[in-house]
Amino acid sequence: MEIFDILLEPLSYDFMVRAIVTTALAAVVCAVLSCWLVLIGWSLMGDAVSHAVLPGVVLAYIVGAPFALGALVFALIAVTLIGVIRNTSRVKEDAAIGIVFTSLFALGLVLISVTPSQTDLNHIIFGNLLGVSIPDLIQVLVLGVVAFVILILKRRDLTLYAFDPTHAHAIGLSPKRLGALLMGLLALTSVVALQTVGVVLVVAMLIIPGATAYLLTDRFNRMLVIAPVISAVCSIAGIYFSYYLDTASGAMVVLTQGVVFAAVYLFSPRQGLIGTRLAKARRRKAAALLVA
Amino acid sequence: MSSPAILVENVTVHYGEVLALDSASLTVDAARICGLIGMNGSGKSTLFKVIMGMIKPDAGRVLIGGQSPTRARKEGGIGYVPQSEDVDWQFPLSVRDVVMMGRYGHQGFTRRPSKADRAAVDLALDRVELGEYAERQIGQLSGGQKKRAFVARGIAQGATMMLLDEPFAGVDKRSEATITRLLRELASDGCTILISTHDLHALPNLCDEAVLLMRRVLMHGAPELVLQPENLAMAFGLDVLNRDLPVPPHPAVTAAVVHPAAAGASAIIESRG
Repeated sequence: MEIFDILLEPLSYDFMVRAIVTTALAAVVCAVLSCWLVLIGWSLMGDAVSHAVLPGVVLAYIVGAPFALGALVFALIAVTLIGVIRNTSRVKEDAAIGIVFTSLFALGLVLISVTPSQTDLNHIIFGNLLGVSIPDLIQVLVLGVVAFVILILKRRDLTLYAFDPTHAHAIGLSPKRLGALLMGLLALTSVVALQTVGVVLVVAMLIIPGATAYLLTDRFNRMLVIAPVISAVCSIAGIYFSYYLDTASGAMVVLTQGVVFAAVYLFSPRQGLIGTRLAKARRRKAAALLVA
Repeated sequence: MSSPAILVENVTVHYGEVLALDSASLTVDAARICGLIGMNGSGKSTLFKVIMGMIKPDAGRVLIGGQSPTRARKEGGIGYVPQSEDVDWQFPLSVRDVVMMGRYGHQGFTRRPSKADRAAVDLALDRVELGEYAERQIGQLSGGQKKRAFVARGIAQGATMMLLDEPFAGVDKRSEATITRLLRELASDGCTILISTHDLHALPNLCDEAVLLMRRVLMHGAPELVLQPENLAMAFGLDVLNRDLPVPPHPAVTAAVVHPAAAGASAIIESRG
C-alpha cells in the first residue's frame, strides 16, 4: 500500500500532526469568513486588517497578553484610521487602506526588531507551521471555534448585511453593528491564521476559498460548505507537498489553494473560461446526435 | 383621530455644505399610493432615508403611523424595494432566500425559519406570481420579476408601508402593468406606498396623489394636477436658472422656460390626450 505509506509517514511525527490539525482548523474558519468577504468586496480590507494586527500581536507578546486581544485592538485602530482618513480628506478609500496597513505593518516589524526574542516573532510574519506547540494549538483551537460558531450562528444576518444593508436597517437591525461584528471576526480569524501561514499570506486564506466556491455555485449556503472543504483539503495537501518536496509549508498551502482556484476558474461548468465552452460543445453535439 | 401613515414636518437635511432638504413637509394618509417626483438631486432619496431613519434630520420631525421611525422599523412596518442599480444581482441567493429576508425581523437570534415563516414566504411569492421562479438565482429574473421579488419581501415582512425607489427603471410595459396592479391591491389592503420615480407617464394610473419635490415640497395633490406642464416646469426647469425657488411661479415665467425635461414631460402629458 504505497499511497497509504505516503499519507501515513508524516503522521508518525508529532509536529506534523499538530501542523495538519492547526492548518485544517485555520483553513476552515478562514474559508467560512471568506465567503462574506468576497461578496461584500472586503478583500482589500481583509488584507489590511490581517497585516495591521502585527504590532498588536507583538505588543501582546511583550506584555504577555493573549495575542487575540492585541490583534483585536489593532484591527480596530486600523479600521478607525482608514475610516477617518477616507471621510475627512480627499484621499480615496483604497489609498487610505494602503497607507494605514503598511504603516501599521511597518510598526510591527520595528517592534519585532527591538524585541529580544526575535526568532519567535519572525514566525508571525511567515508562519511556522512545523513549529506549532501545544499551547499554540490550543489558542488556535479556542479562537477558531469561537469565530466559527459566531459566524455560523449569525450567518443569515451577515448575509443580509452583505446583500442589502438598507433592508437590514429597515427591519430594525443595525448594519453598523453587523459590519463591526464581521470586522471583529476578521481580526480574530487573522490571529488564527497567523500561526499557519503568517501575516503576509493570511489574506490568501481569507479570499481564495470564498472566490473559488463563488465560481462553483449560485447558492450562498452551498458556498459555506464548498469553501471550507476545498480550503481544508488544499491546506492538508499543501502540507504533504511541503513535507515531500521540502519546501516552505505556509507558502505551499497558499500555492495549492491558488492552483485549485486556477483550475476552477478554467474548468467550472458554470463560470469557468473553458468549462462553459466545453459544456456548450457537449450540448451542441447532443443536439446534433438527436437530429441525426 | 388616527395619525397619518407618514408625517414629515419641516425637515431640513444638510450634507456638509449642501442643502438636500429645506424644511420639507409631507403628510400621506394610510392606504394611499403617493408618487414622489423631482429631478436628480431634488432630495428624493434623502427624503426616503429620513423616513427610514437612516439620516437624522438637522431640523424637523418624522412620524410613521404616529411613531418614531426607529419604533416603526422595530415593529417591521417599513418595507423597502431598492433601485436596480443598488442591488448585486450576481449575489448567490435564490428568490426564496431574498423573500425570506423579509421575515428576519420576526425571527430569533439565528433567524431560523419556522413553519409560519415558510408559509408567509410561499404566500408572498404566490401573491406576486413568482411561485414557479422561487428557486432561481435572483439575477436570473427579468426586470419586472426582480422588482416583484422585492415587493414580495415586503409582503412577507408584513409591511404596512412600502418605499419603492424607481420601480419602473428597466421594466417593460407589461411588467409595469403587473406591478401597478399589485401595488393597487396592496394599497386596497391598507398598505401605504411611497414611490420615487422619473417615470411620469405611469403616475396617473398608479398613484392616488403625487408630490413635486425640489428640496422642499413644491406641490402635493392629484397626479393629473401635479403633472400639469407648468407645475413640472417648476420642479424640472426653473431651478436650473434660478436657485431660490419662488413658491408658485408666474404663468408668464413658466411659459418662457423651454427646458428639455419640462418639454418632454408636457409632451408625455399631451400624448396621453
